[in-house]
Amino acid sequence: MPGHVFLRLAPAGLSKLAAELTDGIVAVSATNGKTTTSAMLSAIIGRDQVVCRNGAGANLMTGIATTLVTRPGNATIGVLEVDEAALPGVTKQLAPSVLLLGNLFRDQLDRHGELEMVADRWRELVATLAPSTTLVLGADDPVIDGLAGNRENVVRFGIDDPGVSLGVQDAAADSTFCVRCGTAYVYDEMYLGHLGSYRCPQGDHQRGKLDIAARHVHSDGIRGTTFRVDAPDGSTEVSLPLPGLYNVENALGAIAAAYALGIPTAVAADRLEQFNAAFGRFERIAVGDREAVLLLFKNPTGANEALRAINNDVANTQVVLALNDRIADGRDISWIWDIDLEDALTPAAHITCTGTRAAELAVRLRYSGVPAEQMTTVAAPEAAFDAAVAATAPGGRIFVLATYTAMLDLHGVLADRGLTQPFWQEQA
Amino acid sequence: MTLRIVPLYPELLSIYADRGNVRVLEQRARWRGLPVEVVPLALGDSFDPRSADVVLIGGGQDRDQALVAEALIAQVPALRSAIADGVPVLAVCGGYQLLGHRYVDQSGRDTPGTGLVDLETQAGATRLVGNVVVDVDLAGTRHELVGFENHAGRTILGPGVAPLGEVIVGGGNDGTGTSEGCLEGRIVGTYVHGPLLPKNVWLADQLLAWACEHRGLPTTLAPLDDQLEDVAAAAASVIARSERR
Repeated sequence: MPGHVFLRLAPAGLSKLAAELTDGIVAVSATNGKTTTSAMLSAIIGRDQVVCRNGAGANLMTGIATTLVTRPGNATIGVLEVDEAALPGVTKQLAPSVLLLGNLFRDQLDRHGELEMVADRWRELVATLAPSTTLVLGADDPVIDGLAGNRENVVRFGIDDPGVSLGVQDAAADSTFCVRCGTAYVYDEMYLGHLGSYRCPQGDHQRGKLDIAARHVHSDGIRGTTFRVDAPDGSTEVSLPLPGLYNVENALGAIAAAYALGIPTAVAADRLEQFNAAFGRFERIAVGDREAVLLLFKNPTGANEALRAINNDVANTQVVLALNDRIADGRDISWIWDIDLEDALTPAAHITCTGTRAAELAVRLRYSGVPAEQMTTVAAPEAAFDAAVAATAPGGRIFVLATYTAMLDLHGVLADRGLTQPFWQEQA
Repeated sequence: MTLRIVPLYPELLSIYADRGNVRVLEQRARWRGLPVEVVPLALGDSFDPRSADVVLIGGGQDRDQALVAEALIAQVPALRSAIADGVPVLAVCGGYQLLGHRYVDQSGRDTPGTGLVDLETQAGATRLVGNVVVDVDLAGTRHELVGFENHAGRTILGPGVAPLGEVIVGGGNDGTGTSEGCLEGRIVGTYVHGPLLPKNVWLADQLLAWACEHRGLPTTLAPLDDQLEDVAAAAASVIARSERR
């Protein structure tokens, strides 16, 4: 690993390397979304400049050193995602021109306490940050918003839309007590976890005024999300080809960082519309002279959206359905009976069911009206996929609908065969 | 002579894919050439005891369940008359709790039930969540009931009420992992969803046979090719037994 060697030979050399990127460095950190946000930002900047970018597997000090050592010679700007715990040390070395801090969530229940520890270290970091560094903050997170203090040079982004508020507090919420006085916040809107529009009833802290705000958020299911972004340089409609409010937050972060770099919001928004599908969401992969279309499904709403999306193209094709019941998929597979499956797949040439709960899918299909001869059950996802490919004529298409871990397994197989990149390395 | 399947308030009581149970009864009747119709009871409707051959009560979110309880209690005389006439009832999860006298939640709030069966439910401190296997003796034949449970309620059966079966894997009625569900005449109550009937087609067919009898149709049902259902049930049983809690 060149970074490791480099750091040993020149422990203070990282800052010198970083300074070679003439247009500076954007450092991105958050518990959730740092990979997607930096991919989006790279996609926005990459039209004009060569970007030096790392991946999720290289976001600690050595990985970042490796990224900088092996960067393209003509790169002029860096977009680097940084692990939350490594951020203070890395930031001191990189001296980023823009520091984007998105959110802090408790990663796992058994790691309680770690959130506050990271938050404290981030507070110290911000206090010593060069005044020239623009701080881009996810204001929907109280801890992140509180980092602004009296600093000037701050860009806040967030969602401002009662229409997408949960109405009730999410049980997974982490930071709901005032960062100044400890009183429970009152949330006027709550979007996901503890992200929302909040105020301390004692008047000690409330969400700061948003510089970059998403309004009129409309979800189009698995196909994506539309919203209006209001920025100091104008308002623009954004049609994001990714589903979910998480991705609205990610897109806002990318737009806000681009704005901090002087890229007009309208330009950033337009470039985001071309953003490549993320892992398993309408990912199209060439398999020889055939094409596989991968669609993640994990709940009835998403599955219905996916089925509706392929409705016009599914006739006479091979379909692979993969249902796992691991923890990340959900142990309870009842939900497959809430999918509007009736008639949806009957035009397909053949359906192969696979995964740890393949047999349940076959039963579901039977009761939806699919005749026995139109389906097969194959335990291993790889074998199911290969059978579907073999049964597809050249130029034809295979649709794969899979739950999270089944998609992960299948994606790994396709990456091993060189048909796609491991999903965390995908460049936008 | 159309068989009528009547799910009660499905728009509110359908949290764990209860519509799968309806679908299975409907299809298994249709595949045998029996004329069948699904006639859901909506909020505000009155239950007509002559219009139903099998009644299904699903599970709901706590909030919805309280809303439904009041409406359901108003139908109790008509439901009793149907039950006395031989109409089978399948009540799952929240629907099972509604069969009883009351449900007492964590805060001590007491929501009355229908009292159709002598049982009552109190919310426990933890949820019982996971795959389940239950040993059921139905009219002298042993069956394995497989599925998934997810409930905070602890249900206590009255002295004269028999459980549906004995727990092999799972928390069962009260978290002790002993008995599961209730069986009183043709009223079947259970915490098992998944949904229940697709993997337990023997129970689906028992309900259909009772429904046929009520409608005056032959009660001997033509056999179906249940290979897929049997494989799914066997796989679910293996998974449940491998993670015995």
